[in-house]
Amino acid sequence: MDSVAIQASGLNRWFGEGDARTHAVKDVTFDARFGEMLYIEGPSGSGKTTLLSMISGILRPTSGTVAVEGRDIWGLPPDELADFRLNKIGFVFQDYHLFPRLTTLENAAMSLVMRKMEWGQALDQAMHYLEVVGLKDRATLPPVKLSGGEQQRVAIARAIAGRPDLLVFDEPTASLDGDTGRRIVEFVKKEILTAEKCIVLVTHDSRIFEYADRIMQMEDGKVKGFQKGASP
Amino acid sequence: MRGILRIAYKLIVNDRAKFAALLVGVTFAVFLMIMMTSMFAGILGKASSTVTNVGAQVWVMDPGVNTVASSIPMPDYVLDAVRSIEGVRYAVPLYSGAALVKLRTGTYQAVTVIGLDDASLFGRPRLVQGQIEDLYGENAFAVVRDSEFPKLGSPGMGTEFELNDHRAVIKGIAEVAVSGLFGIPTLYTTYNRAIQYIPSPRYTLSFVLVEPKSAAAVPAIQRAVKNMGYQALTAEGFKDKIATFYKYQTGLGTNVLLMTVISFVVGLSISGQTFYTFILENLEKFGALKAIGARGGVLVAMILFQATFTSLTSYGLGIGLASLTIAVAKLRLPSYAATVTLGNLATAFVMVVVIAAVSSFIGIRKVIRIEPFEIFRG
Repeated sequence: MDSVAIQASGLNRWFGEGDARTHAVKDVTFDARFGEMLYIEGPSGSGKTTLLSMISGILRPTSGTVAVEGRDIWGLPPDELADFRLNKIGFVFQDYHLFPRLTTLENAAMSLVMRKMEWGQALDQAMHYLEVVGLKDRATLPPVKLSGGEQQRVAIARAIAGRPDLLVFDEPTASLDGDTGRRIVEFVKKEILTAEKCIVLVTHDSRIFEYADRIMQMEDGKVKGFQKGASP
Repeated sequence: MRGILRIAYKLIVNDRAKFAALLVGVTFAVFLMIMMTSMFAGILGKASSTVTNVGAQVWVMDPGVNTVASSIPMPDYVLDAVRSIEGVRYAVPLYSGAALVKLRTGTYQAVTVIGLDDASLFGRPRLVQGQIEDLYGENAFAVVRDSEFPKLGSPGMGTEFELNDHRAVIKGIAEVAVSGLFGIPTLYTTYNRAIQYIPSPRYTLSFVLVEPKSAAAVPAIQRAVKNMGYQALTAEGFKDKIATFYKYQTGLGTNVLLMTVISFVVGLSISGQTFYTFILENLEKFGALKAIGARGGVLVAMILFQATFTSLTSYGLGIGLASLTIAVAKLRLPSYAATVTLGNLATAFVMVVVIAAVSSFIGIRKVIRIEPFEIFRG
């Protein structure tokens, strides 16, 4: 499957006013395909996270368009855009953002519950994905009882539990040691990525470059170039 | 939506320290509000005890009268004039005054004496010992067995004592619906004996009790009495007048109002601050939910549910605690003046709703304003 999952055209994003006005993303055009793990790589302040936010329907671009599965997401009304994110996109944040007062299982079921799935059914489905990420035996524990790597896997279970077509990862290894980071990304590549899914991952961690299908390099808000990943 | 509310419930309840702080804060506020307003309601109820116990439909009095205890005597012709008003089925005199009883121990005890119409004994209490006709006997009095009864040495039938240097004999023991406010025992006798035993000014008629021919006749009776220069009030109207006096002319109402407002402010501050801290601590998580795809309405519903659940639980606990305290206090102090009324409950409920609304408003404003992009930026 080589169809286009995301098509970004002429994306620009400005922040601030007057003298403090900053051009964070400059005329970025690219696409990401199903079955592909695309990295957005670059130094801090290069606009990676801003770009990720724009293509995942979180931050409105100052100009340009984003089409996900052929649909112009920034043409959607706010509530429809929220529904679109909920149903089509899975998010994995750098700091996981798990609720410490809920169990691991309840955290993993969060996106399903938000989709108004019946409570028991949501927990059953989330349990399946906890099993996929190898944390079934941790289901009843609160996230604070888990290691950083395990918490990241819970965040991944939460993201994939709703079976979204597009997964976005923001610096998924930034809070993890090298080995754990590599294991997480290897797991994602082998177990999560399928021909029907597209994964976009923002990182500046070169230790995980080997798992990328393509790496989009950014610098100073612009796309500096693409390089083929070392992925087999 | 039920699943989301379940998540909201777990988020607040599982944060035990904050949940406990919220419960304690609002429960304490509700407890204080209920105690204050119940005490006031109890005082007002007791202040109107004679009106309740006598049971007359219409009371005629001097317009300057604010309470039963502070009656202003009217000339006797008022009774005849009232009887002649169209729509009056019958009218009887009532005496209400204070006297000193000298007990067998030699000590003195203040009492309230109610003098009932000699012919009809209208407004008589229910006797649990003795016959009401015995009030016509020589020096006869009936004593009310209430929380003040022991102050007369818990007299039995036939007990004798001195009342303003006159011999008095207990010929009946009565029970009434509501005991008095001022902590003194109550004696019933006939009108004529009352004015004979108690030194009186020129006029002796404290009140005229009126039984109208129908409820429709009451306004005309009130107008006719007003034309005479006096005031006719229904029992409820008289109770309202007494309540108004205590609320606005004694400082009691202002104090209770102040204490209630302070309780409300205490509850609001504790709840508002704790809830705000709870929201702040979870703000990034709410932002993450927003990023994942939670609509603003869903987050608002979660916060409203949390605030409402906490407030209503505290409301229930506060009422329970106040009721328990009042019940225990009444066991120890039978004359303890506190009554939990629907009005008190409604007042506390409204204040709790305001506490919940303000607390959740602070949180909602914070959550609505957070940009999911901030979560990505870390």
